Amino acid sequence: MPEPAMTAHRLLEQMNAGATTAEEIASQLIKKAEAAKTLNVFVHLDPDHILGQARAIDARRKAGQPVGPLAGVPVGIKDLLCVEGEPTTCGSKMLKGFKPPYDATVIARIKQAGAVLFGKCNMDEFAMGSSTENSAYGPTLNPWDASRVPGGSSGGSAAAVAADLVPLALGSDTGGSIRQPAAVCGVVGLKPTYGRVSRYGLIAFASSLDQIGPFAHDLKDTALLQAVISGHDPRDATSVDAPVPDYVAAVAQPLDRPRIGVVKEFFGAGLDPEVAAAVEAAVKIYEKAGATIREISLPHSKYGVPAYYLVAPAECSSNLARYDGTTYGHRAEDFSPKYPGEENLPPLLRMMMASRSEGFGPEVKRRIMLGTFALSAGYADQYYNKALQVRRRIREDFDRAFTEVDVLLGPTSPTPAFKLGERTANPLAMYLSDIYTITANLAGIPGISIPCGLTKSGLPIGLQLLAPAFAEETLFRIAAGFERETDWHLKRPHGG
Amino acid sequence: MSLSNAEVAKVAVLARLRLSPDELGAYTSQLNAIVDYVAQLQELDTTGVEPLAHGVELTNVFRDDVRGPALDREQALANAPKRNRTSFLVPAVLE
Repeated sequence: MPEPAMTAHRLLEQMNAGATTAEEIASQLIKKAEAAKTLNVFVHLDPDHILGQARAIDARRKAGQPVGPLAGVPVGIKDLLCVEGEPTTCGSKMLKGFKPPYDATVIARIKQAGAVLFGKCNMDEFAMGSSTENSAYGPTLNPWDASRVPGGSSGGSAAAVAADLVPLALGSDTGGSIRQPAAVCGVVGLKPTYGRVSRYGLIAFASSLDQIGPFAHDLKDTALLQAVISGHDPRDATSVDAPVPDYVAAVAQPLDRPRIGVVKEFFGAGLDPEVAAAVEAAVKIYEKAGATIREISLPHSKYGVPAYYLVAPAECSSNLARYDGTTYGHRAEDFSPKYPGEENLPPLLRMMMASRSEGFGPEVKRRIMLGTFALSAGYADQYYNKALQVRRRIREDFDRAFTEVDVLLGPTSPTPAFKLGERTANPLAMYLSDIYTITANLAGIPGISIPCGLTKSGLPIGLQLLAPAFAEETLFRIAAGFERETDWHLKRPHGG
Repeated sequence: MSLSNAEVAKVAVLARLRLSPDELGAYTSQLNAIVDYVAQLQELDTTGVEPLAHGVELTNVFRDDVRGPALDREQALANAPKRNRTSFLVPAVLE
């Protein structure tokens, strides 16, 4: 096993050269995952099933049959992507024991590409959170420092790659849930343009914001997985029917004197000085590599978090209405009247209320309540519709900026990984973890986080690049220009 | 604005969530804190701004109305919390 740089492209080279097999790789990683169990990265891992997939790929390869671009590569799967017949819990007690009757489109695509579906990765319940502490199955620990969170909501996916338990993982990003955990776990995470990747079979949180994307150690691997999952899907009417460029080729392209905008508003109060210094150092590296740097203002940035915390809960309250204890998911055994006022409610309603209260955790309930309020009669105009108007202002900021620059640059997360329990008592403090990532979701544009430094105490720092809609190719080219000049993507926890 | 316990209790029924009196108190104060925080949106003049529901604005997407594959009965019932051979079971709906 090549360490520390276990990447998908190196594993593929070795498998194609006959130096190792998918089964060998999978069985080593299963042992490694077993040894790393205290990190609580996987909520479901079935060794026999993993080895079975690996053997099937090995047989095809050995027989000289055509294999896909990920043949034999283990991929970690965020536990909100439906895999036919495999437990898919979304980090919630509500879906404990749920086995989807079909594959998500991204799952079908990576299977087709020959990937070995490794484990289901832990996450904040229904993707609501920035620390993975909201999982009903316990928090995931950050491989760089087990007293700290791995970020969230895709914390399990980011930690799985950071700890070299898999070379690739899939996550989803609704307000920063790929980029922020990638940043604080020291890996690459891409949130593609809304509509670039089909959401069919992704358990919905906020449908106008959710987007599936890859985690990896480097840009070549990220591009490899992004290429497999991109493209139109008739089963998702919001997936866009536009050609998919060659992302792997984009990684190899020269930097070509890009125009980079440094976002003024991303360097304000609350930004950790070590994060600021690392990002400023990255700007210098780009400048030296021939980029034109200019300061750009996104004046409506500060409204991103408040607009998001109306739009996302509103959509979540509607999406999560389906969990009513009827056709799937948790049903309360006892729904007899318990609190004052309930005796007047019909039994079916009490069953739904009791089931949802037992099945959902506190943050999910908080957002359902907030969204229900924001959409309720008399308040929808003042809150929800106002937030959608502000959302357009935020998108217009980006539209203006991208007439002047190719990409925007800033920190991914205002701080490195924070301590477990540090922000759980204060929902608003937790929401501010996503202050620099959230506007990209509101605008629908792609963003990437790449490793750009370590703090003095050895915690990873992420650099965020944002591009116009469907300009992932630009992101790959410009991010790769930084990767070539630095070795942050080669760093591993505990100096590995 | 400030939401009362009674208003939040009404929202809880709309949201189909059973809340204990303790939870009701906690959510009331947390919702008030969040509602105060999001009130800063009101300082922006958005007169005449078209609401943006999706970042990437697609117009209607149509397909032919053709029947595709569907789950069979057993697959559809497989995850039911309560069922019999053919149907989902729920508490009595009619008195």
